[in-house]
Amino acid sequence: MTHPPTLAARALRHPSFAIGGALTLLLILVAGVSLVWTPLSPYDIDVPGKLHPPSPGHWFGTDSLGRDVISVAMAGAQNSILVGVIAVGVGLSLGTALGAVAAARRGWTEELIMRFTDFTFAFPAILSAIMLSAAFGPGIVVSIVAIGIFNIPIFARVTRASANAVWARDFVTAARAAGKGRLRITLEHVLPNILSALTVQATIQFANAILWEAALSYLGLGTQPPQPSWGRMLNDAQTQIFQAPWLALFPGAAIMLSVLGLNLMGDGLRDLLDPRLARER
Amino acid sequence: MALLEVENLTVRLRTARGPAEAVRDVSFALERGGTLGLVGESGSGKSMTALALIGLLPDGAEPSGKIRLAGQELLGLAESELCQIRGNRIAMVFQEPVTALNPLHSVGRQVAEPLILHGGMDHAAARAEAVRLLDRVRMPDAAQRAEAYPHQLSGGQRQRVTIAMALACKPDILIADEPTTALDVTIQRRILDLIAELVAEDSMALILISHDLGVIAENVERMLVMYGGSVVEGGPTEEVFGRPAHPYTRALLAARPALHLARGVRLKTIPGSVPELADLPPGCPFGDRCTLVIPACAAARPREERVGADHYARCIRLDAAAVAR
Repeated sequence: MTHPPTLAARALRHPSFAIGGALTLLLILVAGVSLVWTPLSPYDIDVPGKLHPPSPGHWFGTDSLGRDVISVAMAGAQNSILVGVIAVGVGLSLGTALGAVAAARRGWTEELIMRFTDFTFAFPAILSAIMLSAAFGPGIVVSIVAIGIFNIPIFARVTRASANAVWARDFVTAARAAGKGRLRITLEHVLPNILSALTVQATIQFANAILWEAALSYLGLGTQPPQPSWGRMLNDAQTQIFQAPWLALFPGAAIMLSVLGLNLMGDGLRDLLDPRLARER
Repeated sequence: MALLEVENLTVRLRTARGPAEAVRDVSFALERGGTLGLVGESGSGKSMTALALIGLLPDGAEPSGKIRLAGQELLGLAESELCQIRGNRIAMVFQEPVTALNPLHSVGRQVAEPLILHGGMDHAAARAEAVRLLDRVRMPDAAQRAEAYPHQLSGGQRQRVTIAMALACKPDILIADEPTTALDVTIQRRILDLIAELVAEDSMALILISHDLGVIAENVERMLVMYGGSVVEGGPTEEVFGRPAHPYTRALLAARPALHLARGVRLKTIPGSVPELADLPPGCPFGDRCTLVIPACAAARPREERVGADHYARCIRLDAAAVAR
């Protein structure tokens, strides 16, 4: 009998995971590098040198204030990752907790939690962000909170649906027959068995968070100047779209490639982490 | 006082077609070291009876009656109190060893868990005891296999693991719900022998649930035949097999294949099918399939009639049934 290939070996041969993983790695790498080095400072204004097309001195050209576009775009990656990680983290922890409680308690607790998530889900992230910035003023925290809140019902639903399926399995009945309480069963049996579904969902929500962050910043509700952000770069580019199309091109491409990369990786993870598919491969 | 006394146990379910009684008025007693078999078709209420005993009925099921374990009433106990009893005093072995084990934990860990939970052992001691238990259920290379994950074991080995889990805390009662149905025929015998041996060694009481008459005949002292949620006949196994009284039991025994039958001879079958629980007739549940049925059968549920020492059947046509033999 030959050994089945390891997860790493299968991952490298999975086309969408390999491409998505490479793009995601690139995003993280760019954000990491921009912490210590960018070609020029993303904050340095050089009005006489504004709206330069791409050239060896400014690879992606300069914007209306003469800032180096590649430097701003690199620093903007940090912002996207920061918002994505925290917003998904908030949604994942609170949503998973709610979904797990709903699946463990059933009955009216489940109804209450799920109707609450329906209610939250009905609010678009944009609307929450507008309300929050009306109350607290716009800023990166507002976009993180708004996207985080929007993520809670998504994770709550995924968790409840997968957890209900695990609760129906015999080994959970066996664990209950062995005298385990609901909390122990949730922690030891349910959560480990839904980890793959949550991982996939988290990857995809991360991509969505980047998209929403860009949308909120574009609307002026998220990251505030001079903090670099892809969404704001797009907003700035709007007025000069015919004189300086590169201003929209590069942040747009950055958003597209990041979101594409994360989505492909999520898709790939779904295949790789599914034990049934794994065995057939 | 018997170890386990069940009196008039009834389980009401809410189904899409209205309320249904999955278990009707079941009573029995089990002594320490005793063995009891529940036999019946799918949907006869035998598994539901077992789940009621261990307090794991599905959501929305309402049990009533009495279940006393060494004098303590189990129905109506709080979940936290039931957790103290489950796995510790009443343990259960399930039908599907494939799905009854968590695929993500090593089998050693799964056997050790009840010991930590109820026995208060620390991890190292529980692990050592788990290996000893696996050895006791004749797991080859127990120490090594304790590190294995369920998918690395065969069906028979997995069932040995679930038995080891059930026995970990030396329960008073072991409930085995179709423990060999999912296994190869060659393994069935060995697993049943193992259960019988372990139960005798620790003088546990055993409740064996099966649809297989052969399994029941060989493994238990007393048996209850269930149909439509009711016990239609109960008594010592030898008695019930030797002198079946209820028409259903008799039909069931007649439907068994036998080696001496000539080629081409069709096996006897029971015409009709098991009634839906939601629309059980008010009278005898077997009424519409019984060859001896008379109008009085549909009037009221038959009472228990004595047919021998400790042997009874719920039928008003026992005289006719005896003649029909």
